[in-house]
Amino acid sequence: MTRLRLLAIVLLPMALVACGEDTPSSGQSDAFSSTYTPAASEPVLIRNATVLTGTGEQLANTDVLLLDGRIERVGRKLAAPRDGVVIDATDKFVTPGIIDVHSHLGVYASPGVRAHSDGNEATSPNTAEVWAEHSVWPQDPGFSAALAGGITTLQILPGSANLFGGRSVTLKNVFSRTVRGMKFPGAPYGLKMACGENPKRVYGSRGGAPSTRMGNVAGYRAAWIAASQYRDKLKAAENGEGEAPDRDLQLETLAGVLDGDILVHNHCYRADEMATMMALADEFDYKITAFHHAVESYKIADLLAENDVCSAMWADWWGFKMEAYDGVRENVPMVHASNACAIVHSDSAIGIQRLNQEAAKALAAGRRAGIDISDADAIAWITANAAKALGIDAQTGTLEPGKMADVVVWDRSPFSVYGKAEHVFIDGVHAFDRNDRSRQPVTDFALGTVSQPGASQ
Amino acid sequence: MNHKIWISFAVATALAVMPANAEVIAIVGGTVHTLSDQGTLPEATVLIEDGEILNVQKGRVTPKGARVIDASGKVVTPGIFAAHSGLGLVEVSAESSTVDSAQRGAAFGASFDIADAYNPASTLIDINRAEGVTRAVVLPNPAWPEDGQPGGGVISGQAAVVHLGDSDDFLVARGAAIVAHLGESGGYVSTGSRAAALLALTTALQDAIDYGQYTAAYDAGARREYSVSKQDLDALQGVIRGDVPLYLSADRASDIRVAIDLADRFGLSIIIVGGAEAWQIAERLAASNVAVMFSPIANLPGSFDSLSSSMENARVLQEAGVRLIIADGDTHNLRNLKQLAGNAVAHGLPWIEGLRAITATPAKVLGLGDRFGTLATGMAADVVVWDGDPLEVTTFPEHVFINGESVSLENRQTQLRDRYLNLKDAQPPAYR
Repeated sequence: MTRLRLLAIVLLPMALVACGEDTPSSGQSDAFSSTYTPAASEPVLIRNATVLTGTGEQLANTDVLLLDGRIERVGRKLAAPRDGVVIDATDKFVTPGIIDVHSHLGVYASPGVRAHSDGNEATSPNTAEVWAEHSVWPQDPGFSAALAGGITTLQILPGSANLFGGRSVTLKNVFSRTVRGMKFPGAPYGLKMACGENPKRVYGSRGGAPSTRMGNVAGYRAAWIAASQYRDKLKAAENGEGEAPDRDLQLETLAGVLDGDILVHNHCYRADEMATMMALADEFDYKITAFHHAVESYKIADLLAENDVCSAMWADWWGFKMEAYDGVRENVPMVHASNACAIVHSDSAIGIQRLNQEAAKALAAGRRAGIDISDADAIAWITANAAKALGIDAQTGTLEPGKMADVVVWDRSPFSVYGKAEHVFIDGVHAFDRNDRSRQPVTDFALGTVSQPGASQ
Repeated sequence: MNHKIWISFAVATALAVMPANAEVIAIVGGTVHTLSDQGTLPEATVLIEDGEILNVQKGRVTPKGARVIDASGKVVTPGIFAAHSGLGLVEVSAESSTVDSAQRGAAFGASFDIADAYNPASTLIDINRAEGVTRAVVLPNPAWPEDGQPGGGVISGQAAVVHLGDSDDFLVARGAAIVAHLGESGGYVSTGSRAAALLALTTALQDAIDYGQYTAAYDAGARREYSVSKQDLDALQGVIRGDVPLYLSADRASDIRVAIDLADRFGLSIIIVGGAEAWQIAERLAASNVAVMFSPIANLPGSFDSLSSSMENARVLQEAGVRLIIADGDTHNLRNLKQLAGNAVAHGLPWIEGLRAITATPAKVLGLGDRFGTLATGMAADVVVWDGDPLEVTTFPEHVFINGESVSLENRQTQLRDRYLNLKDAQPPAYR
């Protein structure tokens, strides 16, 4: 631990130099970069499965070959690799690894004691300078529980107390002593923004700003004006015009958004507010990657499609606050049917363990309302579309050859309440096996505190 | 929009003026899970008359003049009996003006009767009955200490049972249970320690016994002071007789043991609410015939009271013979009780026990098993016809009967959905 801290201190000045030279506009640096490298893995042939590829295809009696941590091939009757593992998946299903774009694992870790409340830097409405990864506790038992639900990649976000909550981080659901050892190599950062009730309640109740929705918007605009000026000065200095401004972590992150390097993940419930946020993005010429929660996306699905903004949604959460009062079961399928990007997210350490069931509920509700969506398309809500929203769709989210071997073998359809992840592979490594306790990770916290029934299922 | 209201008004009027005994309803040909002695019948008929189950018969039976519901290929079950809800007490959780489930201060505990706060017009009722919930236990919540105000005390008050139908006899039972808290939450609502919560509860029970024996002397001022009010002592009489169940929240195995000891000492009928570590003392729970109400998916060490939470809680408890009630207290989504039961089944609970844990067992444990929770002659006709396995996440009811009346499956959410299904509609949404 001490050594790690020292390492960080040593690296920081170098990163500063690097940012001054290589990527001056947004000040992006490689500080805290990923140290994750997948372990070596044996070749794996998953045989005779029903395969949902994540690209809209459902393939019967199909094999999936994993080689050197990558998807090698998907096809029928593939030859078994020498010195490899063969998994008979007859009557079973194979999907890409499940991706949750909205998690607070590690920043609101279990057990939910006060000391684990690390997700909201609720000390100022704009804390774009904080990074979620600096709160993540890699020993959160929620990570291993999520793995048993097929989660291979997840975005950890700051909470929604602030207009600008800070940077998110995208993690591989792998076990490491350090958060850097979990970071998804090369994944872009996200910026958490929040609309509506939360920021105005948190600051309004303290007699400060914002205390209204219009106060929220004024706060965003002031911040983007400052960020634009900061970015202009950096660019000017780069061209020899004037001095570069002092480094400012808050403005650096916002400028990263304006440069298109950092993706905006915007907590927002109401349709009218999402429309306002899209107008705000137009004003300052940045892009909103995804609205999160987006309980009323079904009311403006056409606008979302037009603006190419994803909606990350629950299947059925509603009514816990006023801006969630108009929730409907068909939100996800209605967004999908309007050709907008639909994602099912959890925002819950319990829900993340069965995103497949949440997708199934949404799918069934859509069909009941006459919206005909195939299983093969719906699986994208928790795989390919999620990868797109995290900017990692070139690496994972589907079973296309060359992609990371992030793969789940289900004991039956994942669109069933009875469907369970039996095997989970991350970069080809056999990270979870439901029938082998040696492949079920146990966090440090659980040692000596947690016991489980002796007889396994 | 307007015409829809008028149509449903007309239908409601027509139903109201029809004589109650006008009709026999025959639900024909479905797979019927009676949860009674008749078990599961693969192709059977459920006959309903005067709001009750007339009988359940093998095969397809269509009495002359009966209104026939074809349930071929469908699944027929008792309505879901939600054992832990704030139904009718909450509209928007974060808006305190719409939440009416708790009282604080020391003036009242057991006598606080939540039935008087119930709102039968809540939108949550229609939304949840459309997915098969036909009856619910409505609980007073504990008031947590906040802003310098004390908590509500270890006894939160009396729970009610309601049905989710349209008729105004929605209140099935007042004082159906008393709600109290042990463990971490007990300490929190009382004076700080779980031991203080136990002391407060034990003292109140002792006082209730003394008061029951010497009521006249107490009223004449010839008996000692009690720890709680006369109203509360009256309300506790059913509990100490063992007639009224006591909901006792406890997650840690040691707290569950304390609860069982308390029940044994006073002869109480208790239901463990939470029960995260119940599997660790399954044999003891079975031997004392104590029911456990729990969420099968609460598998994380969410607090130091629930470190050994397990997905296998349901399986282990059932194998030991413990009576199971599945509930998680999420009122807006009571409709997901079936998903909770399905997950318990996915982790080893026999399917029929999953269904029982959201229907027959809660009704029985509440002392209402002779009227609700199963499909048998003379039971209230709370019947759901499902389009498939009711514990699946992909199934919905096609018909829901409450007291023999077919209730509308339309609700605020289906109305919102229908308004926005076609975004190209030339009419603005407000005119659709």
